[in-house]
Amino acid sequence: MSEGIGARVLRKEDKRFITGNGKYTDDVRNEGQCYAAFVRSPHAHAKVNGINKSAAESMEGVEAVLDGHQLTGDGIGNIICGWAITSKDGSPMNMGAWSALATEYVRYVGDAVAVVIADSPANARTAAEAVDVDYEILPAVTAADIAMNSDSPQIHPEAPGNLIYDWEIGEKEATETAIAGAAYVCEMDVTNNRVAPNPMEPRSAVASYDASEDHYTLYTTSQNPHVARLVLSAFYQVAPEHKLRVIAPDVGGGFGAKIYIYPEEIVCLWASMKTKCSVKWTADRTEAFLTDAHGRDHISTAKMGFDANNKIVGFQIDTIANFGAYMSLFSSAVPTYLYATLLSGQYDITNIHCNVRAVYTNTTPVDAYRGAGRPEACYLIERMIETAARELGVDPGELRRNNFIQEFPHQTPVIMAYDAGDFAANLDAALAAADYAGFEARRSEAASRGKLRGIGLSSYIEACGIAPSAAVGSLGAGVGLWESAEVRVNPVGTIEVLTGSHAHGQGHETTFAQVVSDRFGLPTENIQIVHGDTDKVQFGMGTYGSRSGAVGMSAIVKALDKVEAKAKKIAAHMLEADEGDIVIENGEVKVAGTDKTLGWHEVCLGAYTAHNLPEGLEPGLKEGAFYDPANFTFPAGTYICEVEVDPDTGTTEIVQFVASDDFGTIINPMIVEGQVHGGIAQGVGQALLEQAVYDDNGQLLTGSYMDYAMPRADDLPSYKVSHESTICPNNPLGIKGCGEAGAIGSPPAVINAITNAIGNNDLSMPATPAKVWAAIQATSLKEAAE
Amino acid sequence: MTSVSMTVNGKSASGEVEDRTLLVQFIRENLRLTGTHVGCDTSQCGACVVHVDGKAVKACTMLAAQADGSEVTTIEGLAGDDLHPMQLAFKENHGLQCGFCTPGMIMAATDMVNRLGTDLDENTIRSELEGNICRCTGYHNIVKAIKDGASKM
Repeated sequence: MSEGIGARVLRKEDKRFITGNGKYTDDVRNEGQCYAAFVRSPHAHAKVNGINKSAAESMEGVEAVLDGHQLTGDGIGNIICGWAITSKDGSPMNMGAWSALATEYVRYVGDAVAVVIADSPANARTAAEAVDVDYEILPAVTAADIAMNSDSPQIHPEAPGNLIYDWEIGEKEATETAIAGAAYVCEMDVTNNRVAPNPMEPRSAVASYDASEDHYTLYTTSQNPHVARLVLSAFYQVAPEHKLRVIAPDVGGGFGAKIYIYPEEIVCLWASMKTKCSVKWTADRTEAFLTDAHGRDHISTAKMGFDANNKIVGFQIDTIANFGAYMSLFSSAVPTYLYATLLSGQYDITNIHCNVRAVYTNTTPVDAYRGAGRPEACYLIERMIETAARELGVDPGELRRNNFIQEFPHQTPVIMAYDAGDFAANLDAALAAADYAGFEARRSEAASRGKLRGIGLSSYIEACGIAPSAAVGSLGAGVGLWESAEVRVNPVGTIEVLTGSHAHGQGHETTFAQVVSDRFGLPTENIQIVHGDTDKVQFGMGTYGSRSGAVGMSAIVKALDKVEAKAKKIAAHMLEADEGDIVIENGEVKVAGTDKTLGWHEVCLGAYTAHNLPEGLEPGLKEGAFYDPANFTFPAGTYICEVEVDPDTGTTEIVQFVASDDFGTIINPMIVEGQVHGGIAQGVGQALLEQAVYDDNGQLLTGSYMDYAMPRADDLPSYKVSHESTICPNNPLGIKGCGEAGAIGSPPAVINAITNAIGNNDLSMPATPAKVWAAIQATSLKEAAE
Repeated sequence: MTSVSMTVNGKSASGEVEDRTLLVQFIRENLRLTGTHVGCDTSQCGACVVHVDGKAVKACTMLAAQADGSEVTTIEGLAGDDLHPMQLAFKENHGLQCGFCTPGMIMAATDMVNRLGTDLDENTIRSELEGNICRCTGYHNIVKAIKDGASKM
């Protein structure tokens, strides 16, 4: 059976996970290691007048108690945001200083002020409790719109009015004019709720300093170990790059939260040098809620204008994005180039204008979370077009179809140039799979049981495969977003692929092997994928933004091209044939049209014995490549959610969820379907259950699984997932990416379905039973009054 | 300090532990069986499920001292030379992605079969998984895997 592109190959990595032999960061134990416990602010905003460490220092097992003055005194740099955004008045963004250990002020609950290093986790934690910090409590603000008020607390001196930037995209006047002339304007206020990412493995770091070699090793829960090494070295000056090895072993989920370089990794590395101990820190779940970068948290007001033919003529959006207390690594890019550039959706819209204000608050920093900006854009567009369809009295599917972009490439007014797609094909497939035509009968049947049944659509588009380096550089990115790969063919013909991508659940060890298998006809068991170690892989930009297929695998293909070309040269010489006649398939190297054949392993051995190579050809068979994408890729599709609401309790049950996606070429359908399932669950979680809630003092009320509603198995349905693909013309495999689609497309489908069921469009995420019940009551009261 | 002694995966295991040591800490730190994971502090996530005297227990809710004299099975001890049918079913149904919740899921699933039999319907499986959280799979393939694995036990 083929194990190449398109085959449902079972995962190579599974055996270690199902037998308990995965190796995660917290499983690493160095001889004599110590443990770090952080002293964290219990206040959302306070001045630190002093830290008395003496009681803690004298406690059992304590090696050291370290604070921010020592950290900055040792020259450790501030944490930075790596994407510079320029405000519409031309001024640079206002980035406040962020020290890994706060010195003068704390700005959110969980902000670290000191660290205890001790011989056991319990001793470290006990001593951390004994560190006496003199806090002068200051007023706090948690909501972004309120933070901009003149009488709100000022959080960073660098950002007057707590405003980080005031940015815009698109043509303001033209859009206003188009909307002013519209036959119908849909106006909505839309909030995208703040969520906590919650990979099941909490963040962890194990840092060791070898004084004899002056060398550091860091095991860490990272989606991008090379980026971590670069940032820790070049920006934070923790260790020089060539003296720092970063290993991200098995990582238990990321979803964006493990892209960033957090204070804890910096402090553990620094503390390992200070104490000469290997230092381990593993977050407990409450620390994860307090310190893992949160996602979303947008407030938007928008107008969508339609002409008399129900064509969208203008779309204007004003968005306020809550950044929390500090600017996390990629935070600035999320509500700008990952959000506003997708506001054309799947629709042909001539005039779009979006204004975005980014604001500091006394909350956990906010950064990219599965989808990152694109879910916020999709939610806004798809809630509005569904609402417009209801107000115009037309079918929501047909209003979408009436506005779909039909021809490609298509240049939107907000930077993106869509390269390929067939939006109607996915709409039609989803409508058929959902038996859309039969919905009214199902609604009637549900009504006979006392249930309110509703159906909702969402036609999403996203930009993946980030990204062309020169393009993102011109938009402010501090890094290039290419990927690297190295293909090492061994003398016996087995292959190791070293990739700069990083898997934390995505199954790269299988899918990347399938790409190699497809090229040479080798079994995937003969192919090993190596990733996650800066001593093994030369460089890489890591995994986020659904880039590992479109960018990571493209780098592998480039390296495979070089390997194949060299193998053909060697084989042609060995077989005394013309290089152009050599064909490699099914593990054999043949001369086309003849019976001359060599085993793949014979050619590989020939490359290494070097007894009979073409003149001038180097021995060996190992090639590397860097791939810089030519464009973003544009996965798109239509999701349909069908719900039944119990009017007595407000409880929503999802009775059907259909997804039809265009991901381009699919390497392993089993894995792609799994990615869609997981994405949908996270989107449904945001729509029905999840919200990071702060009280007015800035205390996080949802700081554990007793308070934060994670989706459980009985909250979710089984999903009907299918694909209608067009091939991406801009990368060698035609891949678009599938990691985030589910989380992007699903929230509006869910809310559109519930609002359809209850007949009240005024409903925000998460649609808890209490909110849905209240919305039903409001509808009933309104109907009674009429 | 307390002396504890138990049978873990068929072998006797003992140690001196602080009174406050949780069973999961004893398993991970003293016995170095790191397949049992810690995903929360409040006994919700189920990444630490093991079997104690034949029943599924969240190893973070039990002191090591409470397991003194018990028979404990962890994910490492579930299979013999071949994979357990439930382990195989998770692989064959793509019931795992990052793998972190997987040991707890498999230990909870085998306990489910022990209690409820080998013919499990979807609603039962979803309801019984209340104490196990997965962030990757959306549960779709975990439910399929448990149904499949149960039928082969």
